[in-house]
Amino acid sequence: MRKLIINGKPIEAPDGATILDAAKHAGIRIPTLCFLENREPIGACRVCLVEVTGARTLLSACSTPVSEGMEVKTNSPRVRAARKQVVELLLSEHDGNCPVCDRNQDCELQNLASELGIREIAYEGEKAKARIDDSTPALVRDNSKCIKCRRCVTVCSEMQGVGALYPQGRGFDTMIGPAFTLDLDGVACVQCGQCAAICPVGAISEKSHIESVWKALEDPTKTVVVQTAPAIRAALGECFDCEPGTLVTGKMTTALRELGFDAVFDTDFAADLTIMEEGTELLTRLKKALVDGEEVPLPMFTSCSPGWINFAEYYYPQFLPNLSTCKSPQQMFGAVAKTYYAQKIGVKPDDLIVVSVMPCTAKKFECGREEMNDSGARDVDYVLTTREIGRMIKEAGIDFMSLEDSKMDAPMGLSSGAADIFANTGGVMEAALRTAYEIVTGRSLPMENLHVKPVAGLEGIKEASIKIEGAVSDWSFLEGVTVNVAVAHGLGNARRLLERIKNGEKSYHFVEIMTCPGGCIGGGGQPRFTDDSVRLKRINAIYAEDEGKTVRKSHENEAVQQLYKEFLGAPLGEKSHHLLHTHYHEKDVV
Amino acid sequence: MVENATCNCACSEELTEEEMILQLDELIGEYQNKPGGLIPALQIVQSRFGYLPESVLKKISRDFGKPYSEVAGVVSFYSFFSTVPRGKNMVRVCLGTACYVRGGKEVLASVKKELGIDVGETTENRQFSLDVGRCFGACGLAPVIMVNDDVHQRVKPSKIGELLRAYAISEEGVTQ
Ligand code: SF4
Ligand code: SF4
Ligand code: SF4
Ligand code: FES
Repeated sequence: MRKLIINGKPIEAPDGATILDAAKHAGIRIPTLCFLENREPIGACRVCLVEVTGARTLLSACSTPVSEGMEVKTNSPRVRAARKQVVELLLSEHDGNCPVCDRNQDCELQNLASELGIREIAYEGEKAKARIDDSTPALVRDNSKCIKCRRCVTVCSEMQGVGALYPQGRGFDTMIGPAFTLDLDGVACVQCGQCAAICPVGAISEKSHIESVWKALEDPTKTVVVQTAPAIRAALGECFDCEPGTLVTGKMTTALRELGFDAVFDTDFAADLTIMEEGTELLTRLKKALVDGEEVPLPMFTSCSPGWINFAEYYYPQFLPNLSTCKSPQQMFGAVAKTYYAQKIGVKPDDLIVVSVMPCTAKKFECGREEMNDSGARDVDYVLTTREIGRMIKEAGIDFMSLEDSKMDAPMGLSSGAADIFANTGGVMEAALRTAYEIVTGRSLPMENLHVKPVAGLEGIKEASIKIEGAVSDWSFLEGVTVNVAVAHGLGNARRLLERIKNGEKSYHFVEIMTCPGGCIGGGGQPRFTDDSVRLKRINAIYAEDEGKTVRKSHENEAVQQLYKEFLGAPLGEKSHHLLHTHYHEKDVV
Repeated sequence: MVENATCNCACSEELTEEEMILQLDELIGEYQNKPGGLIPALQIVQSRFGYLPESVLKKISRDFGKPYSEVAGVVSFYSFFSTVPRGKNMVRVCLGTACYVRGGKEVLASVKKELGIDVGETTENRQFSLDVGRCFGACGLAPVIMVNDDVHQRVKPSKIGELLRAYAISEEGVTQ
C-alpha cells in the first residue's frame, strides 16, 4: 500500500495503482476520454491531466502510478486550464454539429465541454475531411468526428481479436479506420458494433432503420409486428435515465403498442424454439457419435450470435461444420411469423412487416443475409438497436417512465425463463441444459434454482461438466456419460478457446459462444456506456426476470408446443429444417 | 516537361506481383512467428522489390496472422514504405513554415507541372516520385527541395525544370 494525498485528502492505494485508480477509489472524479478499464492506458487524449507536486509538467492520471507521499491536485486552476485547452483543441479539429448529431446528449466530448465550462473555442483548427463510410449493413463511420482516442482500436483488436480498425497514416493526417483508406467492408469486420458502443463521440454508429420503421408503421396496407430480444428489457431503461439493470419489460411493451405496432411479440418465444431445435440437434449428434459410431463434428457450437458466425466464417472455417445449423432466434422468429402467424391472421407474408429490437448491430447484417428468406419473403425486415427504439419512444413524445406495465401478445409473446437468459453469457448453455437434461433423464436439472453457476458471470472462458445419471430408455446410451461444456464471450476469448480446441488441449461436447463481452446484455447496440459494473447489473436483472417466470424451461412453453402441433411437426422435422435451419460459408479474410 | 529517354534500367527485370509472392517465403519466412517481426519483414520486402503491392501486403497479413488493417497501419506510418512503385529519383518539397512562407507552395506547383504528377505519385517512366516534407533543417535558405539525398536551397520555381532534368540525364549516364 502507498500513502498519498489527493486534493488534501490522505488516501491509500495499492502498489502499481495509477493516480486515476486511487482517485476513483476515493470518490474523486478525474475526467478521461481514451482510458478503458482492464486495458493498458493509451495516454492519447491528455484529458486526465493532474498536478503532482514536484513534477515539472502536468501528468496524465490514467498512466501515472502512485508513489509514496505523492501529492496530487486534480482540480487546481492550472489543471482546469490545461484540461480546457486539451478539450478546446479537440473541438477545434472536430467537425460536428451537436443538435443534428446522432450522439447529441449522449456524447462524452459534449459532456466534457459542458463540464469544463467551455463557452468558446479559442483555436481555429484544420478539420479532417468528412468521409462517410456506410459500406456495411450495420455501421456508419464518420471520420470527421473522430477524436483519435483509439478506444475502438483497442476494443476491436484486444477484446474482439479482429483488428479491423487501426491508426492509418501519421501525424495530423492519421485516420482511425480500416486498412489504408478502405471502407469497413474491405476488411474482415464481423459487424459486432463494439466499436460503436465504445466510441465516445459520433464517429461510429449503427446504420439507422428508424425512418423505414416509421414508414412501415404509417402504411395502412401493412401489418407490423415487433419482437424484442431478451437483453432489451434489462437495458432500455438506461435510455430514460434508469439505473443499469432496471427491468422495464412491462413499460417497454406498452411503449411499443403506443408506437403503433400491431402486435408486440418476444424473441424469447423463438429462443425457446431454438432450444427445442438446438437441444435435439445436440442429442442427435451425440447419439450418432456414441451409438452409431459416425464421425460427427463435435463439439457443437451455438449459432445465435451473428458476429460469432461472421467470425467463424472468416477466421475458423474448419469449425463451420461444428456450428449448430439452427438460425438465430431473431431469424427463427421472422420465419415463423411470416408463415405460421401470417396464416393464422390471414395476412400475406409480403404484407407482414417484422421489426426486431436487438441489443446488437450484427443483427442488421444478419437479417440481410441471403439465406434468411425461407418464409418466401425477407424473414426479418428491419432491426432497431436498443438505442434506436429509445430514440423512437422519445420522438413519439411518450413519457416512458410513467407508462403502465402491460403484457406481450399471444402466441409469439409467450416465453419461459430459459429464454430470458439467452441475454447473458452462459445463458444459452444453461437453457439448453435445462431442457436436454430433462429430456434425457426425465428429471429437472439437479442444480440450485436451475442455474449452472460455473458458466455464469464475467470470467472470459468458463467450463462445466455434467454427469448423466438415470437416463430414460430412449437415451440410455448416455447413462454415465459426463457431458463437457464450455462458454466464451467476447471474440478474443472465443479465439483463445478455439485455439485450445484446435490443438487438442481441450475437448467438449457443446460450446456456447457470444460475440459481445457479457453476452447480448453487453451488445454493440445497447445504451452507452457499458463497463463491467453495468454488465453485471444487467446480468442480474435478467436472472431475476427468469426467476420471476412460472415456466422456466423451454420445452414447457405451451405456445411453442402448440406451434409444433399445429404447424412444424417435430424438432428437426422437414418443416423445421426448411424454415429454422441454415448453412454457412467460408469468407476471405483479406 | 522533363523529357526522359526510355528507361533501360531495372524495369526490364521487374517482377510481377505473382513472382514477388513466390519469393516471400524465402525472403521473410523466418520472421513470421517472431514477435515484432512484421516491421523488419516489411523493410526487407520494400528494399528488395522497391514497393509493397497490395497483393503482397495481403499475403504478409495472412502469413503473419496480422490483421490487414494493422499491416496497412504500419506501412502508412513509415514514409520508408511505399505501396506504389517509386521512381528512381525521389523529389521532396519542403512545406515547413519557413519554406511555406518563402514560396514553397509555388515551388511545389512548379514541380508538379514539370513532372505532370501529384504529391505521392510517380511519373509513368518511373523516373521521379514526388512527396512533400516538413522541414529538412535548412530553413535559413528556404525554400528547399530534396532530390534523393541532395538538398537544393533557395530554389526558384522557374529553375525547377533545369534542376530536375539534370537528374534524368545523370541517371541515364549521358552528358549532353
Ligand atoms: S460527436 Fe459529440 S461533440 Fe461532436 S457533434 Fe456529435 S454530439 Fe457534438
Ligand atoms: S464492428 Fe466489431 S469487428 Fe467491426 S470494426 Fe467494430 S469492433 Fe471491430
Ligand atoms: S472512432 Fe471513436 S473510438 Fe475510434 S478513435 Fe475515433 S473517436 Fe475514438
Ligand atoms: S484518459 Fe488519460 S490520457 Fe486519455
